[in-house]
Amino acid sequence: MNTDKLKTYLFPLLGIFAVLLVWQGISGGVREEKTPAGFTKKVKTGIVKDLPGPLETWDQTKKYIVEPFAKREELDQGVLRFTWYSLVMVAKGYFLALLIGTPIGFMLGLSKTFTRMFDPIIQILRPVSPLAWMPLGVVLFMGAGKNANDLGALFTIAVCAMWPTVLNTAVGVRAVPQDYLNVAKVLKLSWPMTLWKILIPATLPYMFTGYRLSLGIAWLVIVAVEMLTGRIGIGNFLWNEYNNGLYTSIILSIITIGVVGWGLDRLMSLVESRLKTA
Amino acid sequence: MKPLLELRNASKGYGQKGARTEVLRDINLSIHEGEFVVAVGYSGTGKTTLMNMLSGLDKPDSGEALMNGEVIKSAGPDRGLVFQNYSLLPWLTVEENIALAVNEVFKDKSKAERVDHVKRYIAMVNLTPAAKKFPRELSGGMRQRVSVARALSMEPKVLLLDEPLSALDALTRATLQDEISDIWQKNRTTVLWITNDPDEAILLADRVVPLLPTGPATLGDSIPILLPRPRDRRAINKNADFKALRSQLVTLLLDAKGKHKVKSSRKLVLPDILPEDLNEPHSFQLLDRRGPRRRSEMKTEEVEVAV
Repeated sequence: MNTDKLKTYLFPLLGIFAVLLVWQGISGGVREEKTPAGFTKKVKTGIVKDLPGPLETWDQTKKYIVEPFAKREELDQGVLRFTWYSLVMVAKGYFLALLIGTPIGFMLGLSKTFTRMFDPIIQILRPVSPLAWMPLGVVLFMGAGKNANDLGALFTIAVCAMWPTVLNTAVGVRAVPQDYLNVAKVLKLSWPMTLWKILIPATLPYMFTGYRLSLGIAWLVIVAVEMLTGRIGIGNFLWNEYNNGLYTSIILSIITIGVVGWGLDRLMSLVESRLKTA
Repeated sequence: MKPLLELRNASKGYGQKGARTEVLRDINLSIHEGEFVVAVGYSGTGKTTLMNMLSGLDKPDSGEALMNGEVIKSAGPDRGLVFQNYSLLPWLTVEENIALAVNEVFKDKSKAERVDHVKRYIAMVNLTPAAKKFPRELSGGMRQRVSVARALSMEPKVLLLDEPLSALDALTRATLQDEISDIWQKNRTTVLWITNDPDEAILLADRVVPLLPTGPATLGDSIPILLPRPRDRRAINKNADFKALRSQLVTLLLDAKGKHKVKSSRKLVLPDILPEDLNEPHSFQLLDRRGPRRRSEMKTEEVEVAV
């Protein structure tokens, strides 16, 4: 094996293995002890007594992993099936965020007046947590009856995930070189043509950086949203298992959420790198 | 005869009130149809400002810029502009860059005609093999050729070139001068060419206009260049008229600079960075990456000394 492969594959694996080892080392277990009276007593051991170790986690959650798409009951499904439900919701909210965020970003980038008017509001709304938006979302769509939760979730994801797209697009539009705009002026390009042939292509790399960050946020928000609304999904699974006291499933959920989030980010960065022009 | 392009008492300055600096003052310039005019001047004497007023990207503060006797209100395709930095759109191929201009200017032509038109102008600058390439795949000289082709393809009444060749190396510059000169001989568009190179000016122009660094810059008297065309760059170096013209122009420019010297001093801070070692393979890795080398960080230096 050459050294490059060693660096790209072996070292990360070593790192993961080291973390697993530490995890196993500090995790708790149960030991049975005989009391002098002759009863058996369960005694918790380990440094972090309630943390299940990797082996225990695997043992107890493998039914979710081995059959990742199984559906045994409403709340007892394979981990990827849960993830799929979440991803569908995220996709809807995310596209809504892009659909709203991109034009707002363009307007911010193009018009100083628009920026002066709305920048303060954006800066105030931007740091608001998804947990704060969620109840408002549900209330807003109360009239929708059965769908209120879904629409509320959609609203929350869109509102939270929108900001990186808005801001990056605005920065991108403002960074379009004057030279390109001069070309448009000399050619007397019509406004739609200028937008389509010059502004959008020149802004695209920035826009995609925004899209990538937005997707990350949308994925963060889904977990909170599912916990609050009880929509079926990976976040909801985590919350239910917490209520059931099944801590190994929590760990499984965390790992799944992390891996999926990482995968989404890789995907976006692949698209992004294809768009980088000279 | 009415001039095609004209500046009348045009002045232009930049900056806010108070800290305003005037760049050009009382510029009078007229360019007639079919003329090849070259304006020569030092860097920073408002050459680009002059060009922007004629192209319509900028308006004079006082005085007027006229085309065919009418005030220039905005930029337009009847004045083909070639930018110093090429200004090609990097997401479009050579063909598409030119087609963008052609499709906009010749909207009433059929699609086939426009495609043909684009091809003709790519061929004119000898870039047919590179038609499908992106600007980043081309050398500087080739990019500027695309830019010239784009400007010419609009069939402008006047071609405005703003230091078109100053970003190129000397040899490429010479080749492009000859090429553009040839193209001009064939279709005789009116040209205003701005440069900082006196030789380039004399080699190309019918008339040279010196831009003098007199506080706010002014235009000197124009010098007609009556050397016969085509001008061969090897032969012309020995031509007595050429030598006389060059010495006249250079003296004029140097004298103007000498007369209007302004004393000012500023502290020079040299960049504390050493050239990159190009023999080392380029890598994008995140770890073990060496930063730029700085002289201030160097502890020893090896110097070869002949004994």
